[in-house]
Amino acid sequence: MEIKVLGYGCATCEKLVEMVNQAVKELDIYAKVEKVTDIREIMKYTMTTPSLVVNGKLKHSGQPLPSLDKIKQLILSEK
Amino acid sequence: MLKEFASYLTHNVIGLEQGSRFSEVIEFFIYDSFKIFLLLSVIIFIVSLIRSFFPPEKTKRLLSNKKEFIGNIFAALLGVVTPFCSCSAVPLFIGFIEAGVPLGVTFSFLISSPMVNEVAVVLLWGFFGWKIASIYIGTGLLVAIFGGFVIGKLKLEKWVEDYVYKFCIEQKQEILKQTFKERLQYAKWNTVQILKRVWLFIIIAIGIGGFIHGYVPQDFLAHYAGKGNPFAVPFAVALGIPLYSNAAGILPIAYALVEKGLSIGTVLAFMMAVTALSLPEMIILRRVLKLPLLGVFVGIMTLTIIAVGYLFNMIL
Repeated sequence: MEIKVLGYGCATCEKLVEMVNQAVKELDIYAKVEKVTDIREIMKYTMTTPSLVVNGKLKHSGQPLPSLDKIKQLILSEK
Repeated sequence: MLKEFASYLTHNVIGLEQGSRFSEVIEFFIYDSFKIFLLLSVIIFIVSLIRSFFPPEKTKRLLSNKKEFIGNIFAALLGVVTPFCSCSAVPLFIGFIEAGVPLGVTFSFLISSPMVNEVAVVLLWGFFGWKIASIYIGTGLLVAIFGGFVIGKLKLEKWVEDYVYKFCIEQKQEILKQTFKERLQYAKWNTVQILKRVWLFIIIAIGIGGFIHGYVPQDFLAHYAGKGNPFAVPFAVALGIPLYSNAAGILPIAYALVEKGLSIGTVLAFMMAVTALSLPEMIILRRVLKLPLLGVFVGIMTLTIIAVGYLFNMIL
C-alpha cells in the first residue's frame, strides 16, 4: 500500500504525517508512507494542502485535519 | 435586547453605579464587543459553509477558458468565497494558468481574495455601519475586476516565469465529495480559527473606541490629513502597501484614525492597500512572476486604490 502526504513542509503537514504513521501502526498493515513536498508532484492531485493520497487516490484535502479514526477509514477504503 | 444585556452585566453583575461616565464606557464596551463577536461568528460560519462548496479546484474549473471581462467579474466574486491564503498563492497561480484561466482573470482572483472577505466586511459593518461595509465590498470588487482586466489587456504573459506555462498536470485534480455534516464541521472549525486569530485586535479596537476617546483632540488628524488635503490618500496608500496584516489587525489603527478625524475614504483606501498588497505576498508571487509584471501589478493596484480613496472622500 502506498500512502502519500502532500504538503510544503508546514506544521499541519507534519502533524498529518505523524497521524498517518500512527494510523498505519495501529491498523497493523504494511504501508509505505511518503512525504511529498515537490510542487509538481503535489499539483497532480490538488492545489490544497495538507492532503492525503492513498494508492494514487486523493482522500483528504486541506484543513481541518481528519481525526485518527477517519484517517484509518480512509486508508482502509483503498485496501 | 443586547443593550439591556450589556446594561444588566454592567450594573447588576459587575455592580457599577448607574450614570457615571466610567460605567457608561464599560456598558458601551460590553455592548459593542457582544455585537461584533455575534456578527462575526454568525457571518463567518455562513460564509465558511458557502466556502466549502468552492474549493480552489472547483473555482479553477469554473474560471478556465472564461472570456475576459466576464471572467474578471466571476474571478473577483469567486475570490470572496474561495479559501485562500498568500502562502498557497504559488500552487494556486500555477494551477489556474495551467487550467487555462487567462492571466488577467487569475489576477482578479488574487486581488479580490485577500481584500474582500467576510472578516473585513463584518468588521467594517460593526465599527462603521453597513453603508461603509457595502461600499467597501462594491469598490473592492471593482478594483479587482478593473485591475485584472487591465493586466489582461496589457498582454504580459511574457513576464510570467517560463516554467509556469510549461507546467503540465496530466491528471485532472479531483474534487472530494463532502457530506453536509463535514461542511458544518469545516464551517465551525474555520469560525473558531478566525475568531482565535482576530479577537484581540477587535477588543483593542473597541477599547480604543471606548477609552482613548477624548484624550486626543477629535480633529487632531483632520487638521493635517482631512478631506481637504489632497496628499492624504496617496500617502496613506503608500504607507499601507508594505504593511502586512489582515483586515482585523489593521482595524484598531483604522478605527483610531477615523476617531481622530482622518476621513473614512482615506482609511478605507489604507485598509485596501494593507490587505491587497504586502511585501511577503510580493516575495511569494516573485516565484511565478518576473519583476516587471510584479511592478505593473503593484503600480496598477496603487493607482486604482488611490483613485478609489478620492472617490470615497467625494461621496462620503
